[in-house]
Amino acid sequence: MAQRIGTSTVLLESRPSVLSFAAIGGKKERQGPLGALFDATSDDTTFGKATWEKAEAQMQKLAMETALSKASIRPEAVDFVFAGDLLNQCISSSFGLMALGIPFLGQYGACSTMAQTIAAAGVFLESGAAGLCGAVTSSHFCSAERQYRFPLEYGGQRPPTAQWTVTGAGAVLMSEHKPEKPYLSAVTVGKITERGVCDAKNMGAAMAPAAADTLAAFLRDTHSDPEQYDLIATGDLGLVGSRLLRELLRREGIELSGNYRDCGLLIYDREKQDVHSGGSGCGCSASVLCSLILPKLAKKELRNVLFLATGALMSPTSVQQGSAIPCIAHLCRFCA
Amino acid sequence: MKRSVQEYEKMIEKASPSSPGLKNCAAAFLCGGAICAFGQLLHSLWLPLFSSEENARAAVSVTLIFLAVLLTALGVFDRLAKRAGAGTLVPITGFANAVASPAIEFKSEGFVLGVGAKMFVIAGPVIVYGTASAMIYGLLYYFALRLLGA
Repeated sequence: MAQRIGTSTVLLESRPSVLSFAAIGGKKERQGPLGALFDATSDDTTFGKATWEKAEAQMQKLAMETALSKASIRPEAVDFVFAGDLLNQCISSSFGLMALGIPFLGQYGACSTMAQTIAAAGVFLESGAAGLCGAVTSSHFCSAERQYRFPLEYGGQRPPTAQWTVTGAGAVLMSEHKPEKPYLSAVTVGKITERGVCDAKNMGAAMAPAAADTLAAFLRDTHSDPEQYDLIATGDLGLVGSRLLRELLRREGIELSGNYRDCGLLIYDREKQDVHSGGSGCGCSASVLCSLILPKLAKKELRNVLFLATGALMSPTSVQQGSAIPCIAHLCRFCA
Repeated sequence: MKRSVQEYEKMIEKASPSSPGLKNCAAAFLCGGAICAFGQLLHSLWLPLFSSEENARAAVSVTLIFLAVLLTALGVFDRLAKRAGAGTLVPITGFANAVASPAIEFKSEGFVLGVGAKMFVIAGPVIVYGTASAMIYGLLYYFALRLLGA
């Protein structure tokens, strides 16, 4: 049975397994350092669809279908799917996964969605309510730009603190414990954190305190320290946010060393690909998890990983009204 | 974790790379200047074709707007503007791009609620406040003339 420890950590004693996973990316993602690790990438950022929203939905569908086919599982066998994205009313998830006919629970955690959906799937499996669950999320540069910022062809400049929304999707298929498969051993649910940052062009800075808060809570709850993990990966703090996370934690007496990475800095070559502070979006942490981290866990090259996806919970309306950006970070501990 | 907002602001400032101000200004100066020089060249070309100075000036604006919209539609303008910054934003080219780009982007929502409604989403404020300040200036000018005349 799940055991709640400390303030906000849940230990999953049944150790739900990661049965299968898939990462889908766009053209820019293929050109990045992880390009060859994606299950599928498309040169055509429309994914053969008429609108960017439909393209993003298609990516989610592709991600889920690929994860299912890698495990030779039919969609009917999946008990529940947890999915979310950045678009208003999470339409990429509902439109993308509709055809699969799996009982669906929509989630919104902005760019923390991958960790949120995995956590929800893990607890469902732990409770015995399900034997097989999916966790899916996506983001698309073009659909995010038109919703949050400017039209694609608008001629503007981005500040060096801005991040580039990843065109990508990730799907994780989880089941009751299976030997030899990586498993989810704990989750820490983050608190909504806000430190007065109003600048939507510096999301890393807005999200860093949430990441620091959740990581500190997990370490406190489990009486562990960062050195004990093979990898600590934040979702999309980028260059600015990961610098701030190190600094915030240092002031709390927690030192992040060489085992710390940020998915937003792993997915692109920051200098060559002109992405300023790095990648962002639900698809950032999702596709890095499914293309780089989970495969390494499956091969036992990594055995003890903290995956800490970060999300900024503002909307264009709240930003225009001058409200500071509330942020969140959820943590999943994977073992192999 | 009880850091004050001001203290965190200082941390952000230290962690954030700053915009290359000098480089941006130089690029804006050169590109903006080049667009204006090109406008002057067009003016010299159009003046013999159009009967008056006023018509030639209008033709220059029309040509620059056309070229900016064409480059926007071809997906070139945003790449140029990324480097030129205010150099392409301040001349009439920036205004043309600000109208054309949402028109292209929101075509997927149809011609009425997409193109029609969203076309002025960026340029709208410029029109509103441009017209409002012109009215205020006109009123001040009118009363100043009356006062000075009397």
